Amino acid sequence: MSGYRLPLILIAGWLAAAPGVSVAQTAVRPQPLKSGIEFTGPEVRALQEDEFANPAMLWITRGAALWQQPVGPAQQSCASCHGDVATMKGVATHYPQIDKGSARLINLEGRIQQCREVRQQTAPLRYESEDLLALTALVRMQSRGMPLAIEIDPQNRRHFERGRELYYRRVGQMNLSCANCHQDNWGKRLGPETISQGQGNPYPIYRLEWQTMGSLHRRLRACLSGVRAEMLPYGAPEYLDLELYLAWRSGDLPIETPGVRR
Amino acid sequence: MKSMLTRRSFLVHIAVLAAAPLAVVRRAFAQQFAQQTEAQTAAVNALIDKITGGAPLARGRVKLDIPTLADNGNSVSLRVLVDSPMTAADHVKSIHLFAPRNPRPAVAAFYFGPGAGRAQVSTRIRLSGSQGVMAVAALSDGSFWLAVADVAVTVSACWDAS
Amino acid sequence: MAARISVPQNARRGDNIEIRVAIQHPMETGYRTDDNGTAIPKNVINKLVCRYNGVEVFRAEMGSGIAANPYLSFFIVAANSGELRFDWGDDSGATGSERASIIVA
Repeated sequence: MSGYRLPLILIAGWLAAAPGVSVAQTAVRPQPLKSGIEFTGPEVRALQEDEFANPAMLWITRGAALWQQPVGPAQQSCASCHGDVATMKGVATHYPQIDKGSARLINLEGRIQQCREVRQQTAPLRYESEDLLALTALVRMQSRGMPLAIEIDPQNRRHFERGRELYYRRVGQMNLSCANCHQDNWGKRLGPETISQGQGNPYPIYRLEWQTMGSLHRRLRACLSGVRAEMLPYGAPEYLDLELYLAWRSGDLPIETPGVRR
Repeated sequence: MKSMLTRRSFLVHIAVLAAAPLAVVRRAFAQQFAQQTEAQTAAVNALIDKITGGAPLARGRVKLDIPTLADNGNSVSLRVLVDSPMTAADHVKSIHLFAPRNPRPAVAAFYFGPGAGRAQVSTRIRLSGSQGVMAVAALSDGSFWLAVADVAVTVSACWDAS
Repeated sequence: MAARISVPQNARRGDNIEIRVAIQHPMETGYRTDDNGTAIPKNVINKLVCRYNGVEVFRAEMGSGIAANPYLSFFIVAANSGELRFDWGDDSGATGSERASIIVA
């Protein structure tokens, strides 16, 4: 058994690294693509669709105030450089991306943090803090209705392949991978719920179970705890790789931020 | 959840609800709250007594819109309304919400001033498990009206320690 | 405490208009513990009052049975142009308020 495993890993590694192998041959998207909102009940859908009743809109309101708030020694706000937040339209569709300066993969939260540290010269926000969720949701909402524009290229391929590998890796006491539920069994019932495709398009979301707003990384932590695996810290490189894989996997699904889920 | 009513038992219900003293009415209601303990029923009755002062409480006039199946007990959307002209002479003074199986069954009370246009409120409540949610309305003529709606609350399929 | 208020800017006299309020607040039940296992004290917005040109038109008294980030919708009769004022407070003593103007023709 183990005699076969090593060559298989080598072949898989070679396939992943070979420049001529297309993404489609090594990773699959669910067909047809479905947003998680299609698997929720009418109550959750009504909540998401009502621009006022949607509780996530409170974070948007908070984010809009933060956008205008001067911080740091130069008293620069987000608006000081970017102007109206509407100029952020389309920006979120390119995340996660390789940061040119550091050559590292960063997501939208990471970019906001970088702006705070480098441009505004102030302390970064705690990951999953109300303020970071508010700003992330506000910026991402500007791209609502647009699909992500993620290309897998030589710069990000290593992260993409690792994300894919993590997606299919069985973990935890339940020995389940992401794919076991969300690729192979979406649409089937699990207790009172229908298993979704695990799409990232509505994040950050207001989740009834959390009674608050949460990031995609919180959702990944929730899934890991669900299969009784160890949760990684927010912003972990593994989550970023997975986020890139999920971004590719979501194909042309439009951004729904700020979403509501049960 | 809902038991079928024969014509006769329906008439008996109506008769009981319309004419019986409060204690009898409560007993009739209690039969529908199979999951509710006697202590929980007693606690809610005491809360309702504080509002009614022991005056008769009848079913009707109050409409309670709430899903029969709630996705998550942390947030259940609800609308309560009372058929009332809301004039100085004839109006709803207040509406009180109770969730008998919640650790604190008194959920909320809404008071309407003279400028209130309708006796209607929408909000979102927490439900600690499946139960019969109750709405009691106090009218300007001194009458009290009740609506009860059974809600089944589902729990998440996946454990979440995030 | 971010808050959102929905009041129509214009209304006809005598119209029944819907007022909507949403406030960012955890509505702590007192039954939860933090990551260290320490009990988080109960803290809910226990009262919200809406005044229309100074007169109370609606009041909500709330407990821990109201969902986190409380949402309320109710109706008032458009009588005169002026101001709607919303005041609320929680168990910790924190208060909040919002106002909105309305033109009634």
